[in-house]
Amino acid sequence: MHTTSDDWLAHRGRWVNVTFLLRKGDAEYLVTLRDGRVQRIAPGPHVMPCWTFALSAGDDAWERFWAAEPQPRFHDLMAMVRFKALRIEGDMTVFMRNLLYFKALVKQLGGQIHAR
Amino acid sequence: MRVEKEAVTGGYVNFEIAGRMCRVYYETAGSGQPLLCLHTAGSDTRQYRALLNSPGKSSPPEGWHTEEYRLTSALYVESILAFMDAMQVERPIAMGCSIGGRVVLHLALQCPERFKALIGLQSGAHVNPYYDLDWLHRPDVHGGEVCAGIVSGLVGPGAPERDRWETLWHYMQGGPGVFKGDLHFYTGEGDLRGRVQRIDTARCPLHLLTGEYDYSCTPEDSQDLARLIPGARLQIMPGLGHFPMSEAPQEFLKHLLPVLQRIQTNEGNA
Repeated sequence: MHTTSDDWLAHRGRWVNVTFLLRKGDAEYLVTLRDGRVQRIAPGPHVMPCWTFALSAGDDAWERFWAAEPQPRFHDLMAMVRFKALRIEGDMTVFMRNLLYFKALVKQLGGQIHAR
Repeated sequence: MRVEKEAVTGGYVNFEIAGRMCRVYYETAGSGQPLLCLHTAGSDTRQYRALLNSPGKSSPPEGWHTEEYRLTSALYVESILAFMDAMQVERPIAMGCSIGGRVVLHLALQCPERFKALIGLQSGAHVNPYYDLDWLHRPDVHGGEVCAGIVSGLVGPGAPERDRWETLWHYMQGGPGVFKGDLHFYTGEGDLRGRVQRIDTARCPLHLLTGEYDYSCTPEDSQDLARLIPGARLQIMPGLGHFPMSEAPQEFLKHLLPVLQRIQTNEGNA
């Protein structure tokens, strides 16, 4: 499988400054990126969350996505979109402009969100 | 110093497609039964480097900048037949992947007698668009980056890193709007639902090979084809994705060579 060091990933996303919402079942995390690095992961509940785009999927879908060897259809964000396991909302311009970066970043977020 | 020259010959051939002269780059390798290889949407013939190492170097026809490129079934089929005529290729085996896997079905319907056999890789009758295709061609989003991002998950997880990223490199180099224009055929105009049943494999054998991890043309899509077309032979390739010949060439050859062998053997018995 592909691995990316944190520094290299941050370099690839060095123009990314955004807060997005990651919705995992009922749980919500506001993820703030500064210059391509994760500055903050704020778990909900949020009273007045402000975000640019949101990635929403069920607990089960994210668990499958973050599995060490994901099954077909859960191995990639666009695969999950294809089968309606993941919904992308809001202004997704920054997400699409940096699609390879976000695919790798969200893969890495699994470890941090599991640890909570 | 290590130097390895490849036994590949490249060249340009100019011929008319849809009334316009086109300058088409091609490469050939080996001898014997011709095998005509068709790449996926938005990529080029380098995808078949394990078979003949072909860089894509064709140019669009004059006037390309004045219109939106949209591949259609008629244009695609005409391009293939015009190339065969220009190059005097007689009854090749045609093998195409993705849009190429779709167009071999069109060839099977329209002119099966011109082919010895057809091989569809990642072949299905139709794919509904599952994202907004406009993202693929707009000046405020880098086309190479977004096209590679869109297809990166279509590479199977077992693909060697080198081949995975070479496959994406090709997508990063597509001309502006080419991927989107190719998908006009793949996700809309080239829809063959309701017509694939009329394919007669007695007139031209049809083989289907589909990667397990492909979520564009899924194994289920190819299984539907195999069910609807009597005589079509389907094999699912475990661990592979949408670009078998490019993402994992050695693994792909294990599946392809027996198919080519079968085609040659059956011809010998005929």
